[in-house]
Amino acid sequence: MTSDDPRPPPRRRLSAALGPNALKGLLWQVLVVGIAVAVIAFLWSNTVTNLSARRITTGFAFLGREAGMPIAESLLAYNPRDTYLWAFVVGIANTLRVAVIGIVLASILGTLIGISRLSSNWLLSRMAAVYVETLRDIPLLLQLLFWYVLMQALPAARSAFRPVEGVFLSNRGLILPAIPLGPPQLWVLGAGALGLAAFYLVRRWQVAQQMRDGKPRLAWPFAVGLIIGLPVLVSVLLGVSWTIEWPALRGFNFVGGLTLAPEYFALLIALVTYTSAFIAEIVRSGIQSVPRGQWDAANALGLRRSFMLRQIILPQALRVIVPPMTSQYLNLTKNSSLAVAIGYQDVVSIANTTLNQTGQAIEAIALIMAVFLTISLAISFFMNWYNSRIALVER
Amino acid sequence: MSVMTDIPDAPRAARPPQIGNPVLRWLRTNLFSSIPNGILSVVLLTVIGKGIFSFVQWGIANAVWLTPANDSGACRAARGVGACWAIIPEKYRFILFGTYPFDQQWRPALSVVLFIALFYLSSRRALWRRELAYLWIGALALISMLMWGGVFGLSFVSQDRWGGLPVTLILATFGLAFGFPLGILVALGRRSNLPAIRSLSVIYVELIRGVPLVSLLFMASVMFPLFMPSGFNIDKLLRAQVAIILFAGAYLAEVIRGGLQAVPRGQYEAADALGLSYWRKHRLIVLPQAIRHVIPPLVNTFIAFFKDTSLVLIIGIFDLLTTAKTAIIDPAWQQFSVEVYIFVAAIYFVFCFAMSRYSRSLEATSGR
Repeated sequence: MTSDDPRPPPRRRLSAALGPNALKGLLWQVLVVGIAVAVIAFLWSNTVTNLSARRITTGFAFLGREAGMPIAESLLAYNPRDTYLWAFVVGIANTLRVAVIGIVLASILGTLIGISRLSSNWLLSRMAAVYVETLRDIPLLLQLLFWYVLMQALPAARSAFRPVEGVFLSNRGLILPAIPLGPPQLWVLGAGALGLAAFYLVRRWQVAQQMRDGKPRLAWPFAVGLIIGLPVLVSVLLGVSWTIEWPALRGFNFVGGLTLAPEYFALLIALVTYTSAFIAEIVRSGIQSVPRGQWDAANALGLRRSFMLRQIILPQALRVIVPPMTSQYLNLTKNSSLAVAIGYQDVVSIANTTLNQTGQAIEAIALIMAVFLTISLAISFFMNWYNSRIALVER
Repeated sequence: MSVMTDIPDAPRAARPPQIGNPVLRWLRTNLFSSIPNGILSVVLLTVIGKGIFSFVQWGIANAVWLTPANDSGACRAARGVGACWAIIPEKYRFILFGTYPFDQQWRPALSVVLFIALFYLSSRRALWRRELAYLWIGALALISMLMWGGVFGLSFVSQDRWGGLPVTLILATFGLAFGFPLGILVALGRRSNLPAIRSLSVIYVELIRGVPLVSLLFMASVMFPLFMPSGFNIDKLLRAQVAIILFAGAYLAEVIRGGLQAVPRGQYEAADALGLSYWRKHRLIVLPQAIRHVIPPLVNTFIAFFKDTSLVLIIGIFDLLTTAKTAIIDPAWQQFSVEVYIFVAAIYFVFCFAMSRYSRSLEATSGR
């Protein structure tokens, strides 16, 4: 402003303390915050008036009341006489059930398709491309309704498809043989998890040793011993029986086995296929981002293909893959809320029923937001941790 | 890498002579380059062949294409063997235009044509000028006039009778037209050095992006009446539109922020050195460069967003997907929902595929 004037500007009172730009900035902030506060206060006062007119008391006291809503399928024990709070917990479990399994399956399928797109086999890469293009360009909700209609059009239980012995596909959903899990079986699974953790530590120690003396050490004896051997040992010592429960047709329905209801199954298929199309593109561009020279260099060193992929290509591709993958996982979790359209009772659907029954709109929506923000933060946190582990360490 | 450059170029060898039938050669390099590849190709060919064969059997050979009005007898006879495409001529007016008065349906049809023309013109790089904004305002005003009517001898059609494809296009386009400026403001806010404005923008973006669109739509449909003074109420479609604008604003803001980060510091400093004010600096120097950087991701966001408008089905607004779902409630045609979904999927696909092709062509030419 005073560029033509070499002398310092004359002092003024307020603007001298802040400077003209700072003063302007302050005014802007006061203005914007003032508008935001005014809007929120306006909405809040309206809400309070409206709520008192409708005799709805705000607050989360309703969570202790009896829910009285049926929940068709749940992982946790539930009956309609339980509280709203418990209904919410059951809904969260249902959301996580579809989201976690969906994330795992979508990652596997998406990676396979992403690699197929880079295949030298023309047919395979074209098929993968068609898959990706088709699924990406059709709304998920439409795909979900489509799968659900197909599920309902399946034959009745009596004439169910049997692709493999013990597996039934009918309009009651997918029925699989199951292994009943009691406390003894859970002990064995716990031993397996312990073995996995122990193997991780052993492997870390081995890698540290190799860094010191350069000698490679065999990993597989430890893997077999700890991940497979330990649970088998526990199973034998405790004498755990592993009977498989085969589903059987009794009358009009199935008895035994593990049932995936049509709603759950349709939601899972829709989420997995839709998200896998996006993951495939991420994986493809990740692999393509590794410079050609890295492949050439690995080939020139005479490395085996599997070793080359594992030690040279993948670590570099993962750096490109992981950040967008995080947002796909978040998308899948948020998209699981479309369950409400086909009647799978996830947390959004249960919150919606609660809202209709009690009129506690603000609380119900606040709970949805809290649940999804928590899940989002947890996924971001985990993926950021993983990302920082695989990130390029530069000096 | 640098070692490579020191090696003199090998004498350029002549291309090996191309021997044999070009078709066979293509097959050899692309399908049968090795034994496992050959086996894979044979397996895939069988699977694809079977798939195409059964689809042709169902979708074309055994399909029912036309039936007498409101008679699904022929379709029911062919059920399980052939598709019932006859449901499309029977129901397409309802699927495309919902409950809009039947004799007035040329108006939504013309609106759809106008929308498509608008999208096409906006995609031409030669037309990216200030006039394009006026064109948008004019076209959107014209479309509103056509849809509502009430002037120039057009009969008035209230919003609750709108439906089908125009509603989908309206939700997406107006969402974009208002969400985009909102996104720019929020992106600027998030990069501002005024702490209060920055934190407000961060809270807005993270809250909206953290929750599913479904819950925002629920909020718009259920909580909005609570927020407003009693007696004041606005139409459901408009409420959903507001939710979609807020949603789009948050996502677009993040994309635009990426573009702002890609503008070199020197550009900001140069603008400051010229003595431009904050707004002129951004309008003239920073934003044109920032947006140019992020056009491909912006188009991808538009695609995502166009598909997401279908979620209004959950709160009962008659967009294209909802009319499709309603069309098959008719007991006579209830069993043929797959055909209707395929028809609607094809419409969505055409729009999204065109946009994604466009985004790819932009990416390919962005270096120029």
